[in-house]
Amino acid sequence: MAEINTQLAVIGAGPGGYAAAFLAADMGLTVTLIDPAENPGGVCLYRGCIPSKALLHIARLIHETADSEAWGVSFGKPKIDIDRMRQWKMDVVNGLTNGLGRLVTQRKITHIRSSAVFSDDQTLSLTDADGKISTLGFENAILATGSRSSEIAMFPTDGDRIWNSKRALDLETVPTTLLVVGGGYIGLELGSVYAALGSEVTVVEMLPHLLDGADRDLVRFLSKTLTDRFKAILLNTTVATAKIQKNGVKVTFQGKDEKPQTQLFQRVLVAVGRRPNATGLALEKAGVSLDENGFVQTDNRCRTTAATVFAIGDVAGQPMLAHKAAYEARIAVENIAGKNVIADPAAIPAVVFTDPEVAWTGLTEGAAKSKGTAVAVTRFPWAASGRAVTLGRSDGLTKLIIDPETERLLGAGIVGPGAGELIAEATLALEMGANATDVGLTIHPHPTLSETFKEAADIFHGTATHYYRPKRTMK
Amino acid sequence: MIQAIKVPEIGENVESGVVVAVHIKVGDTVAVDDTLIELETDKALVEIPSPFAGRVTEVLADTGAQINVGDVIARVETEGEAAKAEDDAPVQHKMTENSASMTESRAEETSPASPQPASDTATEDLASVSESSTMESSFAPAPPPSRSDTLPDRPPAPAAPSIRRLARELGVDIVDVSGSGPGGRITETDVKAHVRNRQPSAPGVSGAPAETGTSAMPDFSRWGKVDIEEMDTVRRLTARSTTASWATIPHVTQFDEADITSVMGFIEKNAPKVEKAGAKLTVTAIITRVCAEALKRFPRFNASIDMANRRIILKRYVHIGIAADTPRGLLVPVIRDADQRSIVDLAKTVGDLAQRARDKKIKPDELEGGTFSISNQGGIGGVGFTPIVLWPQVAILGVSRSAVKPVFVQDRFEPRTVLPLSLSYDHRIIDGADAARFLRWICDGLEQPMTLFLD
Repeated sequence: MAEINTQLAVIGAGPGGYAAAFLAADMGLTVTLIDPAENPGGVCLYRGCIPSKALLHIARLIHETADSEAWGVSFGKPKIDIDRMRQWKMDVVNGLTNGLGRLVTQRKITHIRSSAVFSDDQTLSLTDADGKISTLGFENAILATGSRSSEIAMFPTDGDRIWNSKRALDLETVPTTLLVVGGGYIGLELGSVYAALGSEVTVVEMLPHLLDGADRDLVRFLSKTLTDRFKAILLNTTVATAKIQKNGVKVTFQGKDEKPQTQLFQRVLVAVGRRPNATGLALEKAGVSLDENGFVQTDNRCRTTAATVFAIGDVAGQPMLAHKAAYEARIAVENIAGKNVIADPAAIPAVVFTDPEVAWTGLTEGAAKSKGTAVAVTRFPWAASGRAVTLGRSDGLTKLIIDPETERLLGAGIVGPGAGELIAEATLALEMGANATDVGLTIHPHPTLSETFKEAADIFHGTATHYYRPKRTMK
Repeated sequence: MIQAIKVPEIGENVESGVVVAVHIKVGDTVAVDDTLIELETDKALVEIPSPFAGRVTEVLADTGAQINVGDVIARVETEGEAAKAEDDAPVQHKMTENSASMTESRAEETSPASPQPASDTATEDLASVSESSTMESSFAPAPPPSRSDTLPDRPPAPAAPSIRRLARELGVDIVDVSGSGPGGRITETDVKAHVRNRQPSAPGVSGAPAETGTSAMPDFSRWGKVDIEEMDTVRRLTARSTTASWATIPHVTQFDEADITSVMGFIEKNAPKVEKAGAKLTVTAIITRVCAEALKRFPRFNASIDMANRRIILKRYVHIGIAADTPRGLLVPVIRDADQRSIVDLAKTVGDLAQRARDKKIKPDELEGGTFSISNQGGIGGVGFTPIVLWPQVAILGVSRSAVKPVFVQDRFEPRTVLPLSLSYDHRIIDGADAARFLRWICDGLEQPMTLFLD
């Protein structure tokens, strides 16, 4: 039983864990990064953000080549080589994770390919792939164990028919019919991929709308496209029964006021959210407590209930987003290094990489309404954007949530191709406390989609160049 | 009839205090203005007098308890009408403020206690969140690690992330800073101005984090048993003011020695005479007199710096603070117009102030307005120390224990009484050569008193 000691043990090498390890190493700590995988990456790189974006890029290409017929360019029906596609996806993933592996070496971080269990608040017990056990003493530990797909009991994942997001990204086959259970971002992104590849996709969602949490007026544009591309979107509907048969999965839907309907699907993708990986780590031995939702309890310094243990990313609470994890990595490491800093982001952007993309940051109109916060909302439709029209994509909208008193930006929502890129500017504006005049006076390059952000700000004063709206009455 | 005696309005911004002594018990008869309890507030030790005459039927105040203005202290059975309306009850400030607040009571008044609009909305949001949002409510049952600075879902302050970090580093809650930018946006200048403005009352550029910085504090109980006691007011204020001084003032300490053999002879000779006048002739009294003279010759040592307005304020009065070691901690009573007093007068005043400081009988105004300070540790020992200047003063004289030493005089060693002196000063206004000259002048004054009147 080898005994090693480290100043900082980082458990989990996803985008939170490796960011923490890298920063800590850069700040001069001796760091041990623990993860069973060969290279850092976690769910995000291996079976989440990155592979799904690679496939969504292909999906978008397929749709664009189809659209281009209207512009005088015909490519004909695409031929799908699923093996080649899978290989490309793996090349993308391997390229990035190998790069991270090199950064681990360059930063002189000790990478241990093991799983970890706490012995106490200063010791980890590590088990490698061969079952060999070792002990690691640490001064501080950062838990960055991430999350996994939630499961539904009626859909056992041990067979071939039921997929979770990882299985869907494995790209084993393109089923003729695919049921996506869950109308959240994972279901819609992966449903979009398979729809583009030729599957008949049905989405079932128990809520009355897709993408819970996003403003309805943004989702409307996506719903419109998806209604065309998917075979059906069943809202207010639950799965009553599911039976795995030889020829597929027989699913009975229960609508709100309708009779149950039964359909057969070749594959079912269960995408009903994610659960924190907070069990099986013997956290109680370290004195780390969970909250009632199963997340590790943390404060705004990312400290857990154990003084030596910090937690970041999905395991530490909502929203479960890679970029939140990376931000928290910085906060945790800086606290460990003795800095007096807290996590106080003005906004955490959310992006759904469908086509069109949906992105929002800061306060949403829905949240303002439910909180009773008085806000002014401006909307700039992309039909008025020169750039959007040249792309043949008027199906977009940029909206701003503005404090009517101080004209300060409180939130932004964007739907349209590239919304995920555009939302970053809005997030910076929120962090800087920018107001509508600041955004309006910032020269945006023409012709770009970024101008929609500026114009949406100008609408607040009733002075948007390409959109006429009567002046709001000033107090 | 039974009258309830409540804690009266004590002063501006004073809302509560800790009961340090209860002078009544059930059954006692009290007269109007009899002291009922002693209350220690952030600013002062206050005696709460009885507004009524009568018999005490109930005592609600407990020693050590925190009570607020308006809380009932006791109930008294009176005969007929109340002798005095509650509101008129005079409140005697018997002792106040330590060094920091005493020197700048004006700043106490201006210290920001007014609620900020931002924090108002924060509370509102807090309330609404706990009702609705499930995500935040999962955050609400906070874990044991201190969440003191966590306000879930308070709207972000209109300041860039770097500015929010700066505020934390300076120990400022960003929502307390009023922004000068459009829509109340907070700039770096706003944060720094906030720190400057609150300095006298809650000071410390780098001081505040050190004072509040619990984050870096290890769990000492890991290595053995510990006792924990609350800081009392004097300790807290001393911590604040010394931190503020240390952070604000570039300190330099100048050392010198004065041959006080003749001073000791003078004291020996005149002690009985002074004693007859009701005082004790001490080295401190004589040094105070010499310092007072020195301060008139070297006005920059009797000044303050106003960096904000780039001015030096020279005072035409000489009020010298004498550090007093009291059971409650360090207090610095001030002798007014020390330059106009005889040594007998000074000896009397020093003794009186020190005694009353120890007995908590000193008045707040007697702790204010010093222009220079003297800290004499000679009675305890030591060969030298580097005192901290009492901001906004610019210099302080440390006096250590005198010793009889062989000194080479003319052609032979003589036993001489030598007094080690250390002068800490603010290098922003005083240069090293000036400090050396000033301290040498004091030494000369002690050695050759006639030099005091040479020019």
